[in-house]
Parts: sequence; structure tokens; C-alpha cells
Amino acid sequence: MPIFKPGRIASSEITPRAVYLRRRELLAGAAALGLVGAMTRTARAAPLTTVKSPFSTDETRTSLQDITDYNNFYEFGTSKTDPSRYAKSLTTSPWTVKIDGLVAKPADYTLEDILKPVTLEERVYRMRCVEGWSMVIPWNGFPLAELLKRAEPLGSAKYVAFETLVRPAEMPGQRAFLPVLNWPYVEGLRLDEAMHPLTILATGLYGETLPNQNGAPLRLVVPWKYGFKGIKSIVRISLVEKEPPTSWNLQAPSEYGFYSNVNPEVDHPRWSQASERRIGDGGIFAKKRPTLKFNGYADQVAGLYAGMDLKAYF
Amino acid sequence: MSEASTSPAPQRAFAWQSVIRPAIYWGGLAPGAWAFYLGFSDQLGADPIKSLEHILGLWALRFLIAALAVTPLRRLGGPNLLRYRRALGLVAFFYAALHLLVYVWLDQGLDLAAIGKDILKRPYITIGMLAFLILLPLAVTSNNAMIKRLGGAAWQQLHRWVYVAAALGALHFLMVVKSWPPQPLIYAGIVAALLLFRLTGIGKKARARARASMPTLAPDGAKR
Repeated sequence: MPIFKPGRIASSEITPRAVYLRRRELLAGAAALGLVGAMTRTARAAPLTTVKSPFSTDETRTSLQDITDYNNFYEFGTSKTDPSRYAKSLTTSPWTVKIDGLVAKPADYTLEDILKPVTLEERVYRMRCVEGWSMVIPWNGFPLAELLKRAEPLGSAKYVAFETLVRPAEMPGQRAFLPVLNWPYVEGLRLDEAMHPLTILATGLYGETLPNQNGAPLRLVVPWKYGFKGIKSIVRISLVEKEPPTSWNLQAPSEYGFYSNVNPEVDHPRWSQASERRIGDGGIFAKKRPTLKFNGYADQVAGLYAGMDLKAYF
Repeated sequence: MSEASTSPAPQRAFAWQSVIRPAIYWGGLAPGAWAFYLGFSDQLGADPIKSLEHILGLWALRFLIAALAVTPLRRLGGPNLLRYRRALGLVAFFYAALHLLVYVWLDQGLDLAAIGKDILKRPYITIGMLAFLILLPLAVTSNNAMIKRLGGAAWQQLHRWVYVAAALGALHFLMVVKSWPPQPLIYAGIVAALLLFRLTGIGKKARARARASMPTLAPDGAKR
């Protein structure tokens, strides 16, 4: 005889999915009516004006719910839901990005400075995580090349190094007893990868400013590389001569290379990279789909690696 | 010790067992049933298959740890839960089997070629599979008839493999994650402590003393 029976949740108590998915609209409507006052402090997503881009995929977009509640952002904890739970505490304004190293115009740029001259585009990109899952995310951002050009890289600059904010007071993962990674999180690209038109700095998604858990206020998106290359909450961009250190490579050099291009032919030492599960692809009966070389962007980027042994430079 | 406290009232002890045992089976499997319910009704988050696998694997490890903790608990002067150890072990096995089922069926879509390749090529899957293959004969022999057939000593010898299964299970958990997050480390630490307890024989003296003071009691192996 079962002595434990889970309590039945009356179907009347469950918010219909359609309503749930429209909760932002409902909130917005409530706000417009003046029903929601100070409590919307955390819901500070602001609408962005963007233009469409030919680089966008027309694949089904992953829901905003999944994009904002299934994140790897270890500064806020190692669970997928930790970032959405804890990133609210992050202060993203004021925000400055130091651009230094081998540039003619090193400076501390405020976020407003950075965004003022750029036209924000909507870039709907596939995002493939090194863990074997993927999403389709409508980013709002601009080519990284535009910002780098403003700083005028010197001829000696060969690589770009990026750094995430270190602020343990607002980032619980940075206060952890056993740090999962060394802080700050650092990433890097070769200069030609950084200047490639597909490489963007995102400041929003789904037409609104970036939620903190997705790397607000400014993050890197390199769609043909594994997701961890997309460094979040960037505070420093340095032009350098030598290949810069990268966080996951430092953590496990045999498992995560500097390039980390999506490649179904080069497995992670511990798991296959041949296929992926698309998040939101039909619940627990979702079938895996094959992973594409360079995450399906081979036509645009394969030339960057001509003649390179991608198994050696993984 | 604790045996003595239960023996003067055998009827009462029996009554408790008949409630606690089904409670361990049904209550123990309830979180798994709940996880499947959440999975089928699309409430397991963005990557429901992975969540389901994780939940089932975690409960397998938890019940394995609970079963392994029975002896140390008794030796360190805690209650004697020996008569519930089989239930704990079997629930652990059910979870391991469900964990494997979800991997084979939902995760890999019954693609036997891919599964075979995974088992051979991915150490963490090899290790997980090995742990399951060890648990299988233990589960099959977890009944009185098999104890009689094998004989107490041989049966006990066989069931010592549960320590190997637990160690492999903890290792399997450590190897599936990136970097060194705390949860798998904690589980590995608990399993290591239980193993150490067994290997170093901590508490054996206490048992010897208990035996000496109660010569009528049979050794553990023959009690079930």
C-alpha cells in the first residue's frame, strides 16, 4: 500500500502555459495601469530598437523562459538555475569597459559611450554548449569589430583578451569556498576571429536589454564556438600579441582548447560532441540532432582555419 | 546494544517493521515517480531528460549510501537498521535501473550502436555501466531464498561488492560534470568515508565487545 501519495494540484491552480508565457505583457499591462510600482525594480528590461540581419537563422527560437532560466554563469553558482536566481543582485549601471593593450586609443569606455555610435542588430544565432545542448537565441548587439576599430589596434596586435567583472559581493560563485574557476573569467580570440562580422557584442535579447543572468550589460557572442567562449559581463578588452589565457583551458587544458570551435568530429575527452539536444525541442521525448561543423557557420568561418589541424587546435 | 532493546518486545518490533519496510519502498520510490510525473508534464526545466537522469542517479547514490551507512551507524552506537538494509539497497537498485533506462531510452533514443560506442569510449559511462552490472547480481540475490542457496558466508562475500558499486557510482557523478562543483565532491567524500570505515575496521572493537556480551546473538550475516 502506498503510504505516500503526492498531493494533487488542482488544474485550476496551475497558470495556463499561454498566460504564463505572456507574463511580461501582463506585467507591462499592469505597470501601464499603475498597478505595479516599486516592485518592478528588478524587471528593468528595457525595449531596444534593432534592425534585422542577414546573418540570422530562421530556425525556431528558444523561448525567453528557457534562455533566461538555463544558464552557465559560474560567477553565480554551478547550477543551471543559479544565475537566474542570484544574478538580480548584480549592479550593471554604471558600467565601464577598459580597452587597453596594443591600441592607439586605450581608454575606459562607459557603456553609453560604447552603444551611442552603433546600430543594434537582431542576430538570431544557434548557440551550442560544450555540454551537448543548444538553443536558438535572438541576440541584440553589434559587431565587435566596430568597437575594436574605434580603439585603433596596432599592427602588433594579434589576439584579443577579455575579462569578466570580479565583484564577490554581488557574485556568490566568487565567494565559494572551493572556487570552480579562477576569477576573473577570461577569454580570448585571435584578432581575425574577433574582427569577423559574425562576432558580436550583445547587449540585449528578444528586443530587450540583456537579463543579468545572460551576461549583462555586455557580452561576447561567437556563434561558431562553444558557448563558454561567449564571455559575459565584460569589463576589459585587451589587444595583445600572444595567445591569451582562457578560463576553461586553465581549468582543464586537455578538455578545453583555446579555439573551442564547435566540431562534431572532435569529441570532448569525456563525452561525444557528435549530436546535441535542442532546448525546448519537445520535452522528454525530444530526439537529439546532429551537431554541425562550426555550428553550421562553416561557409562563413571555415576559411579562418584553412590548413589548421582542428584536432590539434581544438 | 540496540539488539537488546528490541528483543524484549518482539511483537511490537514486528509491527514497526511491517510499516517501515513498505514505507521505505514506496516512500523511497516516490521522488522518482514524482520526477517522472514532472518530466511527462513538461515541468522539469529546459533540459528535462538531463534533469530526469540526474534526479534518478542522485537517488540511486543516496540510497546506496543509506544502505552502506547501516553498519557504521550501528557500530558507532546508533540504532540498528539492519533489517531495513535490503529495502534500502533494492530501492537504490531500482533507481539505478531507472537511471539506465532513461539514458538508454530517452537520452540515446534506443540507438544501440551509439550506446555501445558510449559504453566503450566514455570512461564515465563505462564506470556507470560497471556499477550497474555489479548491483544487478546483488539485487537478484537480495532475498532469503538466495541467502540460503548461497550460504551466509558466500552471500556476504558477494554483497561486499556493493562498496565497489558505490565508489564507481560516486566517480561516475564526478566525471560527468565540468570542473569540481561541490555536490559530486560531497557525495564522493561520503562514499570515501564509508569505504574507509569498512577498510580500517573502525568500530570493529565495539562489535566484538557487543558480541562477547551477548553470545547468543548470531553474527550479522546469518541474521537476515
